[in-house]
Amino acid sequence: MGHSCVIDVCDLGKHYTVSRRDAGLKAALRSVVRRATSEVVAVDGITFHLAPGEIVGFLGSNGAGKTTTLKMLAGLLYPTTGTAMVLDYVPWRRERAFLQQIALVMGQRNQLQWDIPAIDSFVLNQAIYRIDPSAYRRTLGELTDLLDLGPLLTKPVRTLSLGERMKCELAAALLHRPRVLFLDEPTIGLDVTSQRRIRTFIAEYNRRNEATVLLTSHYMADVEALSRRVILIHRGQILFDGNLRELAQRFSSYKTLTVQTPDAVSSLASFGEIISAEEGQVKLRVPKAATASVVQRLLEECAISDLTIEDPPIEQAIEQVFA
Amino acid sequence: MRALLAVYRAQLKTSFLMYLQYRASSVLWLLGMILEPVIYLVVWSTIARANGWAVDGYGVGDFASYFLVLLLVNHLTDNWVYYEFEERVRQGLLSPLLLRPIHPINADVAQNLTYKWMMLVVMLPTAGVLALVFHPTAHVTWLSLLLFFSSLVLAIAIRFLVEWSLGLTAFWTTQMSAVLQVYYVALFFLSGQMGPLALFPVPVEILALVLPFQWMLAFPVQLLLGQVDQRAIVLGLVAQAIWLCLSLALMTVLWRHGLRRYSGTGA
Repeated sequence: MGHSCVIDVCDLGKHYTVSRRDAGLKAALRSVVRRATSEVVAVDGITFHLAPGEIVGFLGSNGAGKTTTLKMLAGLLYPTTGTAMVLDYVPWRRERAFLQQIALVMGQRNQLQWDIPAIDSFVLNQAIYRIDPSAYRRTLGELTDLLDLGPLLTKPVRTLSLGERMKCELAAALLHRPRVLFLDEPTIGLDVTSQRRIRTFIAEYNRRNEATVLLTSHYMADVEALSRRVILIHRGQILFDGNLRELAQRFSSYKTLTVQTPDAVSSLASFGEIISAEEGQVKLRVPKAATASVVQRLLEECAISDLTIEDPPIEQAIEQVFA
Repeated sequence: MRALLAVYRAQLKTSFLMYLQYRASSVLWLLGMILEPVIYLVVWSTIARANGWAVDGYGVGDFASYFLVLLLVNHLTDNWVYYEFEERVRQGLLSPLLLRPIHPINADVAQNLTYKWMMLVVMLPTAGVLALVFHPTAHVTWLSLLLFFSSLVLAIAIRFLVEWSLGLTAFWTTQMSAVLQVYYVALFFLSGQMGPLALFPVPVEILALVLPFQWMLAFPVQLLLGQVDQRAIVLGLVAQAIWLCLSLALMTVLWRHGLRRYSGTGA
């Protein structure tokens, strides 16, 4: 737990108690007397460390435990097992000095007051986070430039589009220049342009402030653009923690061949697994190591008018892991 | 302390802007608050007139002064944040509030104060007009005014803490409306909202003595109107002090345990 470590997570786990009830009247009546509960393990003893200034992508399917982990690290949830230190604080004690140095941005939850312009909420944040006026003006100016907020700040938040609102939410969360930033699906529901804008911004914020960023996203593009390191979490456990490229190599041991041919589809089955076949275009999955020899054989034995070789998208590689 | 004042200043401004957005609904809400005591006033006055102009020593003018002051005190002690708690807990709206380096109760207090100041602009003239119509009688002295303001501040604090604690029960139950219903009934009968507690049967009076409701509403009203003797003044102020401590303790304990519970179900 040295000073080279901003986030230090050790064997962290979170179990939820949920009430359970079968369908039907009898079960409903029984639950009045005795409520059956069961335990759900959302996070199951994970360990990882983040160095200052790192941007790490947290990947996993829905319910894998990503958001729960972020909430524990931001101090919203008490863990069931294990320990975590963020900036040398225990997050769930929610000390002022800790909260003043972090931010958690969740795609769907709001910091901003719905009915008034964002700038008024910003002024409130200035007071709450005790930001001195000159620092406030400087940061606000910077955020306005980077996120192109100019005309948005004075409109009531409820009149903004989803993308515009997200940009304002990000700005509100960053006014106090947090040293640690937790982003939970920051680009969810946004169009491609807005997604790119927010991505560029996060990278820029990280560069300028040497902030440590832990982000979750469903969009591989977010993670590919921002982080060199990824942590893959599945059913509450860490499956992989390392370089993004390594992840692709480790989990995608296949290549996809797309072949244009007048030949019968069935004749191609011996070359690899057929993923799809339509109107003379066949997609084949071939083990990476065998790619060269399969291509050679294909060209020799079949009438091929076009052929392309691709890496399967990382999403697919990950899907295979989760399957 | 200065930092906290700055937060309050900013929060008051924010709330002010928010209420300006909802002028119409704020005023409608207020209308309900005004109508209720006026209705009771009319009822009691009618009973008094039929009864030879008084009920247990309360004359028509006494009722008028009681309900007019009650109207103002009820406005100043009233609170609605406990309605919002269920939504806050169910929909995770509490999470963004918990991320801020300040206790969420501060925002609620500031919002509440803003609304009250803003609405006094409507409330005071209304009370003036009602005074012209109903002819209240009272002899207010400097001492009773002083006592009134001290107990009013205590009443505001107690009611806020009690009702904030009430809201916190949303951490444990999904049946908030049932809990609130019980609370309304108790508040209605035991706070003096329906009429001076001295006119109720002895068991009700005793119950009102040991529960917090009259210390949140009727007590300051009666202090201002000089309807309490010296012993009762001391007793009442002591009761208010005790309830202030109790409600603060209750709120603190519920908050601490509630947060753990909130965390247990997923925040």
